[in-house]
Amino acid sequence: MKPTAFERHAPRTVDETLKLLSDYGDDAKILAGGQSLVPLLNFRLATPGTLIDINGVDELAGTDLTGETIRFGALTRTRSFETRPEVARVCPLLAQAAPYIAHPQIRTRGTFGGSLAHADPSAELPGVAVALEATVRLLSTRGERRVAAHDFFEYHLTTALEPDELLAEIEIRKPGPRHGSSFLEVAARHGDFASAGTAVVVETDPGGAVTDARIACISVGPTPVRMTVAERLLIGATEIDDALAGELRDAVAKAIEPTGALRASALYKKRVSGVLVRDAARQALARAKEAV
Amino acid sequence: MTTTREITVTVNGQPARLAVEDRTLLADALRGGGIHGTRLGCEHGVCGACTVLLDGEPVRACLIFAVQAEGHHVETVESLEEPDGTLNPLQRRFHEHHALQCGFCTPGILMSLTALFRDDPAPTETRIRDQVQGHICRCTGYQQIIEAALEHAGGQVTSNDR
Repeated sequence: MKPTAFERHAPRTVDETLKLLSDYGDDAKILAGGQSLVPLLNFRLATPGTLIDINGVDELAGTDLTGETIRFGALTRTRSFETRPEVARVCPLLAQAAPYIAHPQIRTRGTFGGSLAHADPSAELPGVAVALEATVRLLSTRGERRVAAHDFFEYHLTTALEPDELLAEIEIRKPGPRHGSSFLEVAARHGDFASAGTAVVVETDPGGAVTDARIACISVGPTPVRMTVAERLLIGATEIDDALAGELRDAVAKAIEPTGALRASALYKKRVSGVLVRDAARQALARAKEAV
Repeated sequence: MTTTREITVTVNGQPARLAVEDRTLLADALRGGGIHGTRLGCEHGVCGACTVLLDGEPVRACLIFAVQAEGHHVETVESLEEPDGTLNPLQRRFHEHHALQCGFCTPGILMSLTALFRDDPAPTETRIRDQVQGHICRCTGYQQIIEAALEHAGGQVTSNDR
């Protein structure tokens, strides 16, 4: 179980990277954290002739947490969501999701951009990106374009990325002052791929009533699924009593048609997703109240 | 593409000359270079047997190419022993608590814990368990590993925990 031979390039700038993608795009893969790609190479499920190692492209590693739009370079290591308190302050959902991403040793290398570009249906960060209504900035020698997270994820392991495009940056609108979020996941063992998971973000008015709610479920479809019916149920709510909790659970179960997996049948995923959304919505609302 | 060349990687504080192709994994390069303590189990990042420290942080050596380690500092289990060749305190705790049997998973776990104890000399049991969660051990059932780490952290180990 060793990779097939490839030619490795190690650009130092974004421009060099884009040129390499333009030259080799169809038969090249970007090497960022490598935590999803290298297993594929080791299993020979992917056999690119060219590997573009972007770990030396410092331009892709920066973050800007100061503005109304928070920016993360694609090379942002997921471990930094746990170790940088300022991330937890401006975008708590990232810090809440991070402990569920595989194991600390994986998070040391794994990257935000890499997780989104890989688009595993049970990955946490695509769900987070959809719940945050993030935008990805895609670069190529042909120019630049921005794609909303919801449109970026097309199918299992398939995104809107063209072969010559680089996911360079993730943009997130800074949540309002009265917001709360929660990420919850169920897996067979801590760190395993999610059987079901959900990212919830709510914003409230001064009276504590929900004005905006975004709910994304992972591992229940080829891409993260927005729970628009459940979101509408939350608007105006100041608390989630048992009746509303039941409605949320039912709305979630109705909205998804998951494929059963080895450790989680379709019925299990439906039920657990409903429970997770209920619990995460309660947590998010409680945190929104504390934030005042 | 399949050309083998020699690279120099700092391993345990010393320059190590490793013969590699672009596609050679760090774990294979280390083992090929005679540094055998790092093991390969699953080769897809799940089992943790290959865990080493890269610039002080625990990483899977089966998911990093050796050429990526050029200019960086790799630490393996061989670095843990005392200057006189005896076990270091963490290793001694493992010995005393029977935290290993076949020992195959042990180097990876020791490196993950070494990184943890550098960051926090007295971590909670939760933090210890979080750090070790990414390691699979077939022999011990993990409890003795946790107890060894807990004692190293200065925590209390009660026999009722078994």
